[in-house]
Order: sequence, then C-alpha cells, then structure tokens
Amino acid sequence: MSDIAQKISDFIVDNLLLGRTVDIVGTSSFLEAGIIDSTGVLELVQFLEETWSFSVKDEEMVPENLDSLARLVAFVNKKLAG
Amino acid sequence: MQIECFLEESARRTPDKAALVCGGTRWTYAAIDAEANRLAHALMARGVARGDRVAVCLENTPEAVFSIFGVLKAGAALVLVNPTTKSEKLGALLGDSTACALVIADRKLESVGGAPSRSDHLRTIIIVGEPQRLPTGSLTRDIAPEVFTWKELVGTGDAAPVAERAGDGDLACLLYTSGSTGRPKGVMHTHRSLATATGSIAEYLGSAPDDVVLSVLPLSFGYGLSQLLPTFLAGGTLVLERSFAFPQVTLQRMAGQRCTGFAMVPTIATILLQNDLTKFDLSSLRYLTNAGAGIAPELLKQLRQRLPWVRIFPMYGQTECIRVTFLPPEEVDRNPTSVGRGMPNQEMWIVDEEGRRLPPGNTGELVVRGAHLMRGYWNLPEATAQKLRPGPVPGEKVLFTGDLFRLDQDGWFYFVSRKDDIIKTRGEKVSPREVEILLCKLDGVLAAAVIGIPDALLGQAVKAFIVRKPGAELDEKAVLRHCARHLEDFAVPKKVEFLEELPKTANAKIDRQALLERSEPA
Repeated sequence: MSDIAQKISDFIVDNLLLGRTVDIVGTSSFLEAGIIDSTGVLELVQFLEETWSFSVKDEEMVPENLDSLARLVAFVNKKLAG
Repeated sequence: MQIECFLEESARRTPDKAALVCGGTRWTYAAIDAEANRLAHALMARGVARGDRVAVCLENTPEAVFSIFGVLKAGAALVLVNPTTKSEKLGALLGDSTACALVIADRKLESVGGAPSRSDHLRTIIIVGEPQRLPTGSLTRDIAPEVFTWKELVGTGDAAPVAERAGDGDLACLLYTSGSTGRPKGVMHTHRSLATATGSIAEYLGSAPDDVVLSVLPLSFGYGLSQLLPTFLAGGTLVLERSFAFPQVTLQRMAGQRCTGFAMVPTIATILLQNDLTKFDLSSLRYLTNAGAGIAPELLKQLRQRLPWVRIFPMYGQTECIRVTFLPPEEVDRNPTSVGRGMPNQEMWIVDEEGRRLPPGNTGELVVRGAHLMRGYWNLPEATAQKLRPGPVPGEKVLFTGDLFRLDQDGWFYFVSRKDDIIKTRGEKVSPREVEILLCKLDGVLAAAVIGIPDALLGQAVKAFIVRKPGAELDEKAVLRHCARHLEDFAVPKKVEFLEELPKTANAKIDRQALLERSEPA
C-alpha cells in the first residue's frame, strides 16, 4: 500500500470505523458500506486538507473523489500534482 | 383512513405517475402498489396476521418504501428501526416489540451477526440484496427464523390487492425514541393518528400532485416518514436519497429532478450553506422545512438571502405526535426565533408545574391535544400515564410534551428548553443515560457521565466524561470503539474527557451543569 493510501486508511480506521472490521481496500463505496455519513465526509476532508496542505473545493466533495480508498488516493495525487 | 390507502388512492388516480425516484430508478405508483401487495401476500403466507409487528431496518431504498406499505397492507404494524442500529440494540428492539418478521439489508445482517435470532417471536427474515451474499453461521435455513431473500419471497408473488385489512384504530407503527431512563420507548401510532398528522402537514405545506419532495432523512425517523406520507397522500413524487454525505450530489439531484420541497435539520442547513448554491438551478424549489431541532435565526437569515424565492417553514414536533407547530413562511423574517403556532386539527397550550393553564406572556410545559397523539408507549403503562394525561373531555388524553415553551401576547410559541436532559444532536435524540450505562460496561470504567455540549454543526455534540478504575489503562479510542460497536452512529460521543472524579451536586447527583461549564464548544 502506498504511503498516501496507508495514511488515509489509518485515519478511517481510527476515526470513522472505530473498531468495526471492514475491508477498506475492497470497499467500492464508503457511503453504501455505512463507513461515512455527512459529518464523516467533513472529517475526512479536513484530514486531507491538514495532512497534505491543500484545500478541497465544494465541487470536489463528490463520491468520484471521496467514496473509496482508490478514489481518495487518486484524488490526493491529482491535488498534489496541482 | 388507513395509511396504505395513500398509496392505493394515488395508484388508482395516477398509476403511471412517478411516485419515487431512488438512486437512478423511477417507480410509478402502480409499480409500488404491486410490489407492496406482493410483500403483503408473502408476509401473510408466512403467518403474519393483523396486529402483528414487522420490523424494517433499511436505508432509504425502494424496498424501504415497499416494506412500509406492504406491512400495513398485511394488517401488521411497522417497527421502523434506524439502519445504523447495532446488533445488541436491534435484538432488544425485536424482543421488546415481539416482531414476527424482519426486513433488513444483506450488508446489515452480516454486521449484526446473530442479534435477530435472540428474539423468540421472529419467524421470518427477508434480506434485501444480492442472493450470493446470504448470511452464514447462526442464521442458516435450518433454524428458526427462516431467512429468505426479497427476490425469492416477494419477487414473483401475487400483486393483487389484499382483501383483509387493519382498521384505522389498529397500530400502524412503533417508532422507537430515546427516553431519559436509557431504555428506548416504542411510540405507538395508529393509522388514525398518523393519518391525522399527515393530513395536517399536507394542508399547511400545501402538498399537491406536482410536488417533488427531496428527502435525505431516514424513513425510520418520524420526520423522514413525514416526507413520504404527505407526498404519497397528495400524489406527488418523492426523491429519496440515502444521506446528505455529499451535498453537491444532493444539490445536483435537487436541480436535476426540479425538486419543489426539501426537509432539513439544522445540521443539514449549516452544511447546505457551506456550498455555493448559485451553481445549481434551484428555481423550482418552493419550500424548505426545518424540524428535529430549532434552527438558529442566523441560518434562517442566510437561507432567506440566498434563496429568496423559497418559503421556509421552521417547525416543531416530537415522535409522540409527529408534528405540533409550524411558523408561516411570511413570519420568518419578522419572528425568526418562534416555532410558530399549532398546525391544523389540533390545539396546544402551556401549563405550570401543577398542570394549570397559563395565559400568554408566560413560560410553561407545552400540552398538545388532537387525534394525532400516540396511543402510548409500547408495554410501558407508567411512562404512558406520565406523558398522556386526562384532557378536557372525559376519557380523553392530552400529551404533556416535557418541553418548555414561552407563549407571547400575539399567540406565537417559542421553544425554551427540554425538562429532561435528552441530547439533541443532528436533530436526533440521544439518551445520556443509555450511553452512560453502555460506558459503565466497558472494562476499566469506574463511572461515566454524558452531556450535550454546544456545537456549531451538530446543535449539541455528545461528550462523555469518564473516571477510570485505579490502574486501568483506558484511552479515548478504546472508549469510542466500544461506543461505535453498540450505539447508532449519531449517538457515539464526539469527545471524551477523563476525570479523577465526577462533580456532584449537594444531593449527590452528577452535576451536569458543572460538566457543561468545563467544556469548550466542540
């Protein structure tokens, strides 16, 4: 797992899953799997912004960027590439 | 009128009209009516009879809507369970309601493990999802309850109308709500009480066949259910979303479906206003409603500025009677702190500690009268007697809400506070006692206290104070993990603080005020 994937995965395990056992890598939709809700998304976005020092725009807060680990990693890479 | 008639009448008038839009799929009134009939026949074939309880634990999906009407068509009462309810509590609710059947999502059934099998009354489990994901372990087909997929039990069944029905005095649903004792209470609504509330809501909102109502609120929540029922009564369209997790998606849906109405709790309003609303064509939006918790005047002001053509209805209600008041939209600018006056078909007044009616200008407990009141709490006669007390007509009961209101000289009501210490977070009720009892079961916890602290997004955030046993190594994560395993998502504390001892009042009770004063807003 890449460093970015590991950091995001750790955050989800520690802050959103809170001990529930879920296969984060294999989950295709965090929303459908009940891993994130409206406040969970806000916490996740805040974590991304603080960890990688970029800001997430309103229109970027969509499932295509945030709803699975693979999508999150791709999104962070895209943001870091500017 | 029975609740299922809302669907049937609209299906008769406009069979091909879109009743429900969910995910990418549209369902007509005729299709929903047929699917609900199939479920009703399937349940009856499994022995479900008039007056039985059937639990439904589903996210906002088409099957949740089919189940609500299908269960009622079978003459049974719904037990609507929040889909984030965990194993232990689901088992307790099934046991308390003695539900004989359960409709649940496949993913959820795996996560709850053997909870449903702990209820002796449960005979049938219907799983919504893909057949290849049938559960294994304790819930196999060779033990009671029998497990079926929706497809195999309902899929090809009889779509003809069901002949035998419940009467309008029969129970339509049990809505479980948090009580100050920590034990969830099943609020009993009859077809008549629910239909009365629905009719009143539809009247003041002006519900009409051209309504397109967007709801992100769970159908297990009274306020979520009261999006579905008035819409189906009026023959409109309900656009049902699973959550408000991605506001941009919800806003796109609102614009794309030309939605006319949207239901908010204050947390949703706050998040909504964090988005640039000008990027979406919301010109079709006719009204916004707010309930669950009071909305701040500042939020109302911002909504009015940014959506000036939209009528806003701040409202107040409780599960025990669904809805009580609404503030007419034309009063919102003038009187933004009021929750308005009583909705149609009911009366309300305030009383002092002795139950004497108070004139305008005073603050007292709100009392509500009308046919929309619950029948009581399921199996809890004492709690019922405390809440439903004798009214003006012999034999009549009125609802003592437990909420303090101020009534001004012009007849407007203002919410002041609750009389108990129930926490309102994201519009949902959390019993501090329930969380405290749970915390005390965790190894290493000597004592625990839970309060609601002010929070800009959530209204109140749940905060736990814990005194560790000597030598116990317990950290915040362990506490939160324990809570997340057992509590609905909204009830899990946002903050944990460890103390040497809990502050006590002069009569040795936990001093919640002192705990509140030492807490910074979350």
